[in-house]
This record gives sequence, structure tokens and C-alpha cells, in this order.
Amino acid sequence: MKRVVITGLGAVTPIGIGKENFWNSLIQGKSGVGLITRFDTTEFDTKIGAEVKDFNPSDYIDKKEAKRMDRFTQYAVVGSKLAIEDGNIDLDKLDLDKVGVVIGVGIGGMETMETEYEKLRDRGPSRVSPLFIPMMISNMAPGQISMTFGFKGPTMTVTTACASSTHAIGEAFRMIKSGNVDMVVAGGADASITPISVAGFCSMKALSTRNDNPTKASRPFDKERDGFVMGEGAGILILEELDHALSRGANIYGEIVGYGSTSDAFHITQPDPEARGATRAMELALEEAVASYEDVDYINAHGTSTYFNDKLETLAIKNVFKDHTKNINISSTKSMTGHLLGAAGGIEAIATLMAIKEGIIPPTINYDNPDEECDLNYTPNIAVKRDIKYAISNSLGFGGHNGTVLFKKYID
Amino acid sequence: MIFEKVVNIIAEQLGVDDIESITMETSMMKDLEADSLDAVEIMMALEDEFGISVPDEDAENFKNIGDIVKYVEKKAE
Repeated sequence: MKRVVITGLGAVTPIGIGKENFWNSLIQGKSGVGLITRFDTTEFDTKIGAEVKDFNPSDYIDKKEAKRMDRFTQYAVVGSKLAIEDGNIDLDKLDLDKVGVVIGVGIGGMETMETEYEKLRDRGPSRVSPLFIPMMISNMAPGQISMTFGFKGPTMTVTTACASSTHAIGEAFRMIKSGNVDMVVAGGADASITPISVAGFCSMKALSTRNDNPTKASRPFDKERDGFVMGEGAGILILEELDHALSRGANIYGEIVGYGSTSDAFHITQPDPEARGATRAMELALEEAVASYEDVDYINAHGTSTYFNDKLETLAIKNVFKDHTKNINISSTKSMTGHLLGAAGGIEAIATLMAIKEGIIPPTINYDNPDEECDLNYTPNIAVKRDIKYAISNSLGFGGHNGTVLFKKYID
Repeated sequence: MIFEKVVNIIAEQLGVDDIESITMETSMMKDLEADSLDAVEIMMALEDEFGISVPDEDAENFKNIGDIVKYVEKKAE
């Protein structure tokens, strides 16, 4: 079996574009949440979101190509470009047949869907754009990455709601581990701050309505939490076979050593009341790495700021880590970024790898009121320095999908 | 006037920055690298702009921008 390392990071997030900007905001505890500017929220219960600011796709990609992409695909392609640049990858020196693309997309081209549906409703079927389908379908994120850079290996989407990109990274890890490919561009993208998406999540009562104080709205594990804040963007990683990385002198952020993927088989939106699926996902990741639960120093939690997620993820962590739980730093970076749905696991993997590389754990901001059901060390409000050997990133999705990836500090 | 409008629509759809480079002789497909999806989008935009209908069998005969301009002039009369 091959060893797999991460050699490039590309972030397009509500708290910064590019790995450095993203990381600096994380360790400074900066919130990316504000009033939604994309559409008129007058009639919406939730008027806040975490939008990507100052994003101009033509700064990175051809103007005509960008016009043929929904926003989630623009984020995915720009994130990939940033990751490839960050990884100092010379495309001419790669065997492009052995480079794959696996991208998690939770929702897909909802903005395109809404725009074109309005044309259908108001002006008839002949007014629907020929670009509607190729812009809207979820697989166009990996498809366009493949076309932009010439990667000809396995190229696909993983769709497991909010667990999509953690599963994408895990599946990419397995492709390289088994020796099928040298490198995979993996992560996730979503752009769902659109009227119908926000309306749908509002009706589920899933979103925070703290409209009068947006930067305080995403407050994972806090007793006063009242739902998640919708974010958008992309988090893209370059996963690479170790010898391939070493032979080109790549900068290594960390190693991916375990992956767990399970289902609750319980309910469309609620987690298993005993958190069995999330527990087993973490256990499987540790088993694959032949690591002990006592080796883990940091958990980048799914931590959405909803009542159920935070309570049951806490339970899952206690199930797995037992008496070692008190020694672990946990944080939810969603307190700053909002919840990027299909891109969440991508940007959180980046946060986790940067934490390992820098020896700094980003905080859970807005943590003011302890909750007796959430009684762990969530790294409240201020980043802490800590040497990390093993770190976990969790993602849990509607539909009962659970994903855990286990990263390790790279040691030869 | 119609020429300018047609050029603006095509330049917008195809992301052409140098509008001056488009002339009556320019071929949408050959010179501006439009594909069949672009062509449909452009015909729809022309229909909206000039309040005309462009059947597929007519659109297939357009060889250059001049053909489109003449067609629009005739239809919009």
C-alpha cells in the first residue's frame, strides 16, 4: 500500500481567498458572517450568510469559460488553481493520465437552476439556456477542473450533503493508497446562498436567525446556539503519493493515514440519538491508521451550531476517546466560516493540516455559554499553540452520512 | 446601429474584449471560437433584443456577422 501526503492547499472562503488569508483569519478568530447581499431577504426569517467577498473569477480563469460555470464550479476551479500553485506543481512534468479529480458537491448549481426556472415559468421553454444543464449539474466542478488543467484520471463528484468533501478526500486517499493514481485534486465546492436554498433550510429551522448580530450567529457548542449559518466557497487539496511527492521535492503539509465512512440508517435530517454512525466513522479512521485513540491531539469538529449536531457529535467524541477526551483540543472553524455544506470538509481539512504544520489550533469563536450537554474543550475564542501528531476532521451529513479523515504530522 | 447591437451581444456572450476586431466578415465559429451552445445562446439573445424569431434552419445559414446583421435588418423591418 502506498502512503499519501498533502502537498497543496487552495481555499476560497468567506474569511479569505488563498491558504494564507484563510489561515490568518482562522487564528485571529475572524467571522465571515454578514447580511446576505446576493438577494432581497425581506421576507426571509434568516437574513445572514457567509458570502465569499471580493471574488472575481476572471482574475484566475478565462472570462468566457467562467461565464459557462455556475458559481460553485468557479469556486472549485479557482480553488484548484490556487492548490496547484501552492503545491508548486509543474503540469508538464506530470503523467496526466494518473491524476484524478474527486470533488464533493452537496447542492450544485442552484443559482443556475433558479435563474433558468424563472425563464421557463415566465417566458416558456424556448428561453431556457443551452448552458443550463452543463452549468447546473454537480459533476461540472470536477469536469471543469479536469478540462482546465488536463487531468485525465478518474474524475467524479461525491454527494453526501454536508459530508461530501470529507468523503471526496477519503475516496481520493484510497485511490492513491491502492496505487491506481499518483495524485488527486480533492475537496469540495458549493454556492447555495440563493433564495430557494435559504428558504428551504429556513423552513427546516436549520438556520440561525440571529439577524441583528451576524458575526455572533455561528456559535457551535454554545448553549445559546440557534442553527447554522450558510456559507459558500471551495476547499481543494492536492493528495499525492509519497514517493511522487518526494521525487519532485514537494512541500508536505501532512500525511493522510485513515478514513472512516459510515451511515446512520436512521433519519433524513436527525443524527442517530446515540451517535453510533459518527462514533464508528472515527473508530474506522483510527483502525486504518493503526493508531490509538490516545494519539489524537486535535479534532476539527463538524460543529455546525445546530442543537442536534453539536450535542451528538460531542457524544460521539466521548464514545471514541473515553478518558482521553479531556486531553484533546476540539474546535469548530464553522464558528468563523459558516457552514459551506459540500465544501465544509474541504476547507476544514485545510484548517486541520495548517494546524498540524503550524502547531496552532484555531479556536471556536462565540463560545460564551457552556452547555451541560456539550462539556468538552472546544478551544474557546482564542487560538492555542500545541504540537499536533494526529488530528481528525469530521463531517456529518443529512441522510445520515458520516465521514472522518485522520491526518498525521509527516515524519519520514 | 443594428451592427453595433449584434456585435455587442456576440462580444458579451463570447467574452470578447476587443470589440473593434469584430467586422461584417468575422465568423462567429471560426474566428471567435464559438461552439454550438454559444450559437444557441447568441440566437436567443438576438431574438430578445430585436423581438424576432430565428428558426434553427435560418441560423444554420449564417456564415459571418454580416449574414446575421442583414437577416436581422430584414426581419426587424
